[in-house]
Amino acid sequence: MHRTEKEQADLIREISGVDTRKCMKCGKCSASCPAYDEMDIRPHQFVSYVQNGDVKALLESKSIWKCLSCFACLERCPRDVKPAKLIEAVRLMVIRQRGEDYLSPNEVPELLDEELPQQLLASAFRKYRK
Amino acid sequence: MQVEKTQEFRPKIVAFCCNWCSYAGADLAGSSRLSYPADVKIIRVPCSCRVNPMFILRAFQRGADGVILCGCHPGDCHYTTGNYYARRRMTLLFSMLDYLGVENGRTRVEWVSAAEGVKFSATMNEFVAKIHSLGENVRLEDLRCKRD
Amino acid sequence: MQRIGVFVCHCGSNIAATVDVARVVEAAAKEPGVVHAEDYAYMCSEAGQLKIREAIKEKNLTGIVVCSCSPRMHENTFRQAAERAGINPYMVEIANIREHCSWIHKDMEEATEKAVILARAAIAKVTLNAPLQAGTSRVVKRALVIGGGIAGIQTALDIADAGYEVDIVEKTPSIGGRMSQLDKTFPTLDCSACILTPKMVEAAAHEKIHIYTYSEVEKVSGFVGDFTVDIRKKARSVDMSKCTGCGVCQEKCPSKKAPSEFNRGLNTRSAIYTPFAQAIPNVPVIDRENCIKFKTGKCGVCAKVCQAGAIDYEQKDEIVTENYGAIVVATGFDTIKLDQYDEYSYSTSPDVITSLELERIMNAAGPTKGHLERMSDHKPPKSMVFIQCVGSRCADKRGKSYCSKICCMYTAKHAMLIRDKYPDVEVTVFYIDVRTPGKNFDEFYRRAVEEYGVNYIKGQVGKVAEIGDKLLVQGVDLIDNKRILMETDMVVLATAIEPNPDVRKIATMLTASIDTNNFLTESHAKLRPVESPTAGIFLSGVCQGPKDIPETVAQAGAAAVKVVGLLAKDHLVTNPCVAKSDELLCNGCSSCEKVCPYGAISYVEKEVNDHGIRENRRVALVNSALCQGCGACTVACPSGAMDLQGFSNRQILAEVDAICR
Repeated sequence: MHRTEKEQADLIREISGVDTRKCMKCGKCSASCPAYDEMDIRPHQFVSYVQNGDVKALLESKSIWKCLSCFACLERCPRDVKPAKLIEAVRLMVIRQRGEDYLSPNEVPELLDEELPQQLLASAFRKYRK
Repeated sequence: MQVEKTQEFRPKIVAFCCNWCSYAGADLAGSSRLSYPADVKIIRVPCSCRVNPMFILRAFQRGADGVILCGCHPGDCHYTTGNYYARRRMTLLFSMLDYLGVENGRTRVEWVSAAEGVKFSATMNEFVAKIHSLGENVRLEDLRCKRD
Repeated sequence: MQRIGVFVCHCGSNIAATVDVARVVEAAAKEPGVVHAEDYAYMCSEAGQLKIREAIKEKNLTGIVVCSCSPRMHENTFRQAAERAGINPYMVEIANIREHCSWIHKDMEEATEKAVILARAAIAKVTLNAPLQAGTSRVVKRALVIGGGIAGIQTALDIADAGYEVDIVEKTPSIGGRMSQLDKTFPTLDCSACILTPKMVEAAAHEKIHIYTYSEVEKVSGFVGDFTVDIRKKARSVDMSKCTGCGVCQEKCPSKKAPSEFNRGLNTRSAIYTPFAQAIPNVPVIDRENCIKFKTGKCGVCAKVCQAGAIDYEQKDEIVTENYGAIVVATGFDTIKLDQYDEYSYSTSPDVITSLELERIMNAAGPTKGHLERMSDHKPPKSMVFIQCVGSRCADKRGKSYCSKICCMYTAKHAMLIRDKYPDVEVTVFYIDVRTPGKNFDEFYRRAVEEYGVNYIKGQVGKVAEIGDKLLVQGVDLIDNKRILMETDMVVLATAIEPNPDVRKIATMLTASIDTNNFLTESHAKLRPVESPTAGIFLSGVCQGPKDIPETVAQAGAAAVKVVGLLAKDHLVTNPCVAKSDELLCNGCSSCEKVCPYGAISYVEKEVNDHGIRENRRVALVNSALCQGCGACTVACPSGAMDLQGFSNRQILAEVDAICR
């Protein structure tokens, strides 16, 4: 089924439960983001991109894979906007469109090393399994 | 039959609002253009304690589908203690309504301050939705006719 | 039989755009008793009122219904119009078809239908109205001001200058309030104490002003024109009539570990203390929780060194009861607690401070004698970061939903003053928006940037972390779209302000309405900004909403004018909508007397003529001067003898019937 960008933006809002109009553009989400430097589109921009219906850029953005799902933005947002949920929603859309892309639990032991934070695992499951 | 009735169902809802808090809250809802269904009609009383349980029974008797009483928040009553009287009287009345043939959800007491236009409108929307879910009131006078 | 006239207002398009006024007129004309019905563009205008007056005379109307805006807007206007045309002003009812109808409904059919029903209810009610006569009550020519900050002081001075007695009740040991804690004031950089102290002195010296410090309002009863207030004068443990204010006791007091409230806990004070050097009155109090004498019974140094013999350990709290015609609330504000904001390290690092704490640090009488230094190691900072909107404009539970209004300006002031006095210190301000509406305000902020080189970065800070003896500020520059990781020596948080937490207790005593943020509600947001909806209660300063000093002073003066306007009256016209008992129905049970919050009902032995049978009965009697018309008694009365004039049982039932018809 083909959706326009605007419909896709609505879908993202619906999946994430985020009301992008609540954003007051303070930038605290980006300021709190540990992956900020890795991202091409920054958390605060995600909110305004969805608000403006620029979904294509988001679907192609590498930010959705760089987000650690640490939820710092969600915790600290003064307006309760939850940018991390938006990023997750965009990621889900990409994963669903792309079809099978599993990270099987069996593959995990090989990937592990001493340095790997537990949270990365949790976020990897959020990203690569649906 | 029942379904058809619900579709065209326009409930009659009486809202008693105290002059100092809730009526002003309703005014604020109005000037802020916060809508709620036109089924709600407001009667101004000086204080929630002015509302005699008799008024509520009369409303149901005359075919009201829901009655809501709004007053100042506990502790904020313009007359110091009026809303406490209202609260006790309504608790007592509501406990007997079921026996009289009026379902529980058809009555409600809510505290709305003069600054709470948003709450007033939200409360009315909720209450009207509740009345819609309950459907038309089985009128008290009808009850006598349908004895068997 | 009543002859009723119905007047339907268009209110321009406010009503007429969603309500078909012609249909309302048509429907109203068919109601029993209605002999006249018409519509007009603006009923409240002089021409509209003239239409009402003419119709009353021509058609011999006995009562009127105006379908218009809320009775809270124009009930009085129409009552006066009715009175001018020769009918009793209480023969007027308003159907609120604007706030309760046209403004909230979009569908014309629905709105019109509702307007017709509301008109019908008002007609049904007015049919049962009876002429009422208003009585009068006295006005005590004395005002009470609760709170002795700049708002309270200014209100008291203005009332006193108009020739009326004023009492100020201040909770802390001295008047002065928040303003006395400030170092400089924007936008002219006056020294706060230099402009405040003369006002404090003037208030203290004014023959019409009496100041109760270290005192709290304990109980309020009565009503507009005649309030009775109990004031608790907390035990100072120092005899005010003997103390000379020499200060030796404070110097010699061995207990010096109590955190100084005045310096926001940045240093300590003695157990016997005056909050600051210019305190008024210059008489210390003993903080009994920290006093060794009160804790252990041993010490008594202050009594030994006091040459005036003013120390009195036996002093007790005292209750003073006074009558007032008007009460002004001027309880001010405090900064919110920051224990929920872990990301800014406020509770863990002494170098993260609030702006009010910075005021004390910058002040020559403050904990650092005015030297800018870090509280951790007392070294001067080389760089400072200011974070705006901490706890303001928050939709979450941690902060406040509103803009605290003063922070943008005081941050610009702090940044400017620091750059001026310590040009080597780098100053960075992280902002979301810079809000500077006010005379010379934006110019002031621009000076901070353009003349003083303060670095303004758009973007809220995400985190402040302690790294060694430095602070690491993590943020973004939203304009450059760049990450910022900045090491700094001090961080200043522009903390949200909130009404003084005690105000809720006071509002309850005064039956003044208060909003969810604890700001007192004004009677009308635009047109009656300094009056509470409760008659006789007035609002001054931040207790009503965030304000800077010029606005506070302006509002304080406005509140004073309203008070003077009230006190200048010889008597007040009382509300005639009071309870009345039908002595033939009264069974003398005392139910009504028990529920009356005003003690307005008493019982008398009286001879009544019950259908020819004369007998002595015990019956309820309402004192109409005391009755405020709440109607609690009417419901409590088991025999239906008690009724409320203007809102009688029959009138309300008629409205119910009309709505449910």
